[in-house]
Amino acid sequence: MATEQAISDREQKVLGIIATARGKRAKFRDERITMAHGAGGKATASLIEGLIVPKLAPSGEQALNELADAGRVSIDGTQMAMTTDSYVVKPLRFPGGSIGELAVNGTANDLAVSGARPLALSLSLILEEGLPAEILAAEIEAIAKAAQEANVEIVTGDTKVVERGHADGLYITTSGVGQLDPRAQLSPTALRPGDRILLSGSIGDHGTAIMLARGEFELDADIYSDTRALWPAVDALLDAAGPDLRCMRDATRGGAASVLNELARSAQVAIVVEEGAIPVKPAVAGACELLGIDPMYVANEGKFLAFVAPESAEAALAALRNTPGCEDAAEIGEVRTEPPGMVLVNTSFGGRRVMDQLVGDPLPRIC
Amino acid sequence: MRFVDEYRDADLGQALAGEILGLVEPGRHYKVMEVCGGHTHSIYKYGIDDLLPANVELVHGPGCPVCVIPMGRVDDGISLAHEPGVIFTCFGDMMRVPGSNGSLLEAKAAGADIRMVYSPLDALRIAKQNPDREVVFFAIGFETTAPSTALTIIRARQEEIKNFTVMCSHVTIVPPLRALLESPDLRLDGFVGPGHVSTVVGARPFEFIPVDYGKPVVVSGFEPLDILQSVYMILKQLAEGRCEVENQYKRIVPYEGNLKALEVMAEVFELRPHFEWRGLGFISHSGLKLNQNYADLDAEIRFSVPGVRVADPKACQCGEVLKGVIKPWECKVFGSACTPERPIGTCMVSSEGACAAYYNFGRFAREREVV
Repeated sequence: MATEQAISDREQKVLGIIATARGKRAKFRDERITMAHGAGGKATASLIEGLIVPKLAPSGEQALNELADAGRVSIDGTQMAMTTDSYVVKPLRFPGGSIGELAVNGTANDLAVSGARPLALSLSLILEEGLPAEILAAEIEAIAKAAQEANVEIVTGDTKVVERGHADGLYITTSGVGQLDPRAQLSPTALRPGDRILLSGSIGDHGTAIMLARGEFELDADIYSDTRALWPAVDALLDAAGPDLRCMRDATRGGAASVLNELARSAQVAIVVEEGAIPVKPAVAGACELLGIDPMYVANEGKFLAFVAPESAEAALAALRNTPGCEDAAEIGEVRTEPPGMVLVNTSFGGRRVMDQLVGDPLPRIC
Repeated sequence: MRFVDEYRDADLGQALAGEILGLVEPGRHYKVMEVCGGHTHSIYKYGIDDLLPANVELVHGPGCPVCVIPMGRVDDGISLAHEPGVIFTCFGDMMRVPGSNGSLLEAKAAGADIRMVYSPLDALRIAKQNPDREVVFFAIGFETTAPSTALTIIRARQEEIKNFTVMCSHVTIVPPLRALLESPDLRLDGFVGPGHVSTVVGARPFEFIPVDYGKPVVVSGFEPLDILQSVYMILKQLAEGRCEVENQYKRIVPYEGNLKALEVMAEVFELRPHFEWRGLGFISHSGLKLNQNYADLDAEIRFSVPGVRVADPKACQCGEVLKGVIKPWECKVFGSACTPERPIGTCMVSSEGACAAYYNFGRFAREREVV
């Protein structure tokens, strides 16, 4: 219907400059750490890619491209995966879970989405002087229960106590090892145009539950954290899709949008998402609407994205939906070639836009 | 989501787009300004301009509350935040706005006690919880947020909370619109009127636009269908040779505004003789301050505030963007030196800023097929 070019050559050139800048590795140029560095968006990427990785993995590029939820270690020919994560969530208990449960599931899930069956965890506790013993005991129980459900053993640990005011009640660090499953051949660089993107269930539950649990908004809604162990779902996917399963990521801090952006960038592909296909619970959608937050950027603790070759997509989706906790799984988009490194959304209203990496911090300390 | 999804219906959107196409004269270029940053955000978020004919151009206006705050004001805020014993509170968007020497977020990392709040009442609550500290609230926004600041100030007085003050940077919508209309470098055909501001001031204050300047105004809601319908109503006025204030957002906006809200504002505030706007310079009677009766709650009186005027960075063209003279991408530093991660200008910070919306949501021509 338009006779004029909707976008002039000059505008196109500026768009090109932005696209190039988006694809570049972030540099770290800040004088101090700010809360934005913890948000899982662009500032976090600049911290990891600009400050940490160059010093620890001088070969750089390879390590960065493979930056995944877990690293690989080969022990006498046995392929193992290893990961670590710290938990600083506030409040310690929230509808649907608690910090102890997160500390087990979060780390076990980083192994699972890397294609490794979680085997053992370490557990480090940083305790603030004055923490009621009752609260600690309840968290240890939560940890034991979650470990049993996830079928992992806590094999070692450590405790430290710091002066009042130097920590906020309780911080937990867990590290985990798992055995890489021979059915899994996963890599972010394995994405191919045409691959389908599956989302294992509704998004935004965890982050929204935490936001409301803090009581800052005086909003009440039946929203529960989705924290759960993901290995059973991954196991079912591996059975259904085998080598056609290209890559998986759990959509924790920074939400599903951040995962999609990371993968588009490391695989240098375009990702196109259908906004209308993304499952969001009505209560979560309502709370996010009120707060002006896009659920795609809200943290989850029991949801992941799987990239599957088109031939196996249907079987993979069916297998997912048969797994408890993944009944709402959906195909939400696909991989394309152009424009590389970008995530685009076809909006339900019929427009198209970019879904960029997060810049600001909608809410700190969600996990 | 009931009562929301109805306004995001894609089929109705297509139908409206067809109606709009039927109204435009081929060969005529239409420039319509959406005054409010909330509209700018929606336009990019839903890809609304994808649905408009190419000769209907949406121009972004000055109605983003964060964007209009000048650098000197941010410096004043940071200086207050560093005062001993002060807890400085502000809205989240404001934290990342660069002053001449860093942002509030950086001042927080450097040790100042700066807290993000969602409403001025949260700031008052912090004051009650910390009686031995001084709590300052950095109040920004148009008439949309000014009433809640006014109510908070009245409550602080009633509850005799002595450790709470407000650094008032509230602004009013009519003076910048008048300044825009007086400016010779901008030719506009009509205005999508600011819906949120109008919930407070009503539609009446915009009558001067058709009367004095001969341009149609349609006060609009924020959902994609609202905005499309408002554009349709403006084009229809133009096609029929009418020129008046119409109210598309009747479900929320009464013509007379919210009298209660206007009352509490009048109780607490008075107009400043002039107020500096980012990129627009000083505009007479465009800013609010606490009046004499509430002077004891004015942070600028209780503390010494530098109040130094800081010139906008040379490269920054926020002023032209706020006036709608240039599009975000036409700014010299857009996307290169100025990005959401490292903003130079305010328009790149707030989610309602034209530059941030354009940068974050991008734009793709229908012609450019994605393979």
